[in-house]
Amino acid sequence: MEIITEEEVRHVARLARLALSEEEVKKFQRQLEKILEYVAKLRELNLEGVEPTTHVIPVVNRLREDRGKESLSKEEALSNAPNTEKGHFRVPKVIE
Amino acid sequence: MELCEQSAFVLHQMLVSKEISCREILLSLLNRIHSRDLNAYITLFEEEALKEAERVDQQIKRGEDLSPWTGIPLAVKDNICIQGKPTTCGSKILTSFQPPYDASVISKLKEKDCLFIGKTNMDEFAMGSSNENSHYHPVRNPWDPTRVPGGSSGGSVAAVASGQAIWALGSDTGGSIRQPASFCGVVGLKPTYGRVSRYGLVAFASSLDQIGPIARTVQDCALLLEAIAGYDSLDSTSLDRPVPLYSTNLKREMQGMKMGIPREFFGEGLDSKVEERIRFAIHQLEEAGVEPLEISLPHTEYAIATYYLIATAEASSNLARYDGVRYGYRTKSFRDLYEMQSKTRQEGFGDEVKRRIMLGTYALSAGYYEAYYGRAQKARTLIRRDFDQAFEKVDFILTPTAPTQAFKIGEKIEDPLQMYLSDIYTVSPSLAGVPALSLPLDIPKDGLPIGLQFIGKTLEEEKLLQIAFACEEMKILDNSISS
Repeated sequence: MEIITEEEVRHVARLARLALSEEEVKKFQRQLEKILEYVAKLRELNLEGVEPTTHVIPVVNRLREDRGKESLSKEEALSNAPNTEKGHFRVPKVIE
Repeated sequence: MELCEQSAFVLHQMLVSKEISCREILLSLLNRIHSRDLNAYITLFEEEALKEAERVDQQIKRGEDLSPWTGIPLAVKDNICIQGKPTTCGSKILTSFQPPYDASVISKLKEKDCLFIGKTNMDEFAMGSSNENSHYHPVRNPWDPTRVPGGSSGGSVAAVASGQAIWALGSDTGGSIRQPASFCGVVGLKPTYGRVSRYGLVAFASSLDQIGPIARTVQDCALLLEAIAGYDSLDSTSLDRPVPLYSTNLKREMQGMKMGIPREFFGEGLDSKVEERIRFAIHQLEEAGVEPLEISLPHTEYAIATYYLIATAEASSNLARYDGVRYGYRTKSFRDLYEMQSKTRQEGFGDEVKRRIMLGTYALSAGYYEAYYGRAQKARTLIRRDFDQAFEKVDFILTPTAPTQAFKIGEKIEDPLQMYLSDIYTVSPSLAGVPALSLPLDIPKDGLPIGLQFIGKTLEEEKLLQIAFACEEMKILDNSISS
């Protein structure tokens, strides 16, 4: 049985916002299947009671003083946007 | 020896003694860049660098003090932000992106009057081991242009190896400094996670990414690390520890040190020529009084699987920001927001980046999270413990950097899993967060470099550099350059 089906590839592509071609769906299904088969070797490990590592070096949240600081100007923040209007990012209509 | 082949250390002395000008160094490099097309650079700052060199030369004329970094041309990997300069990450999606701020490492180097020569080619978003995944076409290995330079910092490394840069910054997530350093015969260091600020480094896998130095000598490597290391309030994972004077403290007595040779790194998949050369280096170190100890890092065989699950999961999340809204490429025609984003990403990302986003999204998706990402994070703990235990017995660990020498362009591009396996010796230290350095051994008869990897304890970059320096003195390695 396949680990990942073409239908699942299409579903994951929708989640990831990738408009894959049908050809890519087929190719990624084949390649992801092979990679998932390989990573399945982690199932051999007994991981009971093992803590997950999220950070290799334990760091605690460091809070700075709550004081305003200089940051990017609006102009700078918008300088790389593909479409702006009146100091805002412009996107297609999202509310019907 | 041409100026572009000199070390930063020597060039500094020549500048101080007014034997040469900064302009002469730069012209020597530009000449090399234009006479030999390796595609190492995506953007060159030729005019600006010449102006900057002029400024440095004026400084020298006025008799001002020069820092060891002043006027020494540096190449920067194109995923590190320099204000107002294109930062593409090797991707179509960031073709037009010009960051409005400097990465912290760049601010530090600007303070020291370092001279920036250009931004180097790389695998798209640092995803790859061969530099073939660049939207700006592959980089060629200076030792054999039909071969890859390794990846993902292939441009930085090829530039340093060929005299197109004196030194360079790279980034390393699972081996992206060390594996290409091994393929091109230069010194490359991945610092301890948190040693160098990641602020302004375009994120790939945030729990693994580190910026590091690439140079032709150990001393230059130490000097560049010295400039960029240290705490930064803009990176909450950066470590608040003093930065040693790496470059002036390189002498160390090797007698009586213990080196760990992990048996798992000398098994199946290791090319016999590479193994032979690494074994000889071990023998040379033994003659110098270093005691070899066979050790075991028992979870090594799970490292690649663990790495590719964690790195792709983090990447899928980090790369969600490229949606055609705030920066970069946006598709031309669309009906709604969903289509705008999906087509922008489909058209803007290359094959490997899409593959990793797909794998990462799958590994994090409902129903699979625990089976993939959760297991990988726990496996990471076991890999980390292997290193902790090993370092109770040894001062450092010695391994090959990569299982083979540089492979041919096109050889592995159709088989992603085979490509992933070329990182087999570099991903474990990345997962454990410990520092690791690749040192070039002398070039064998076939003309292709081989790298030796030294792995150290957390924050023991100083010791690694000292050991590497001793090897350099013993002529175990070769700093020759491909011209």
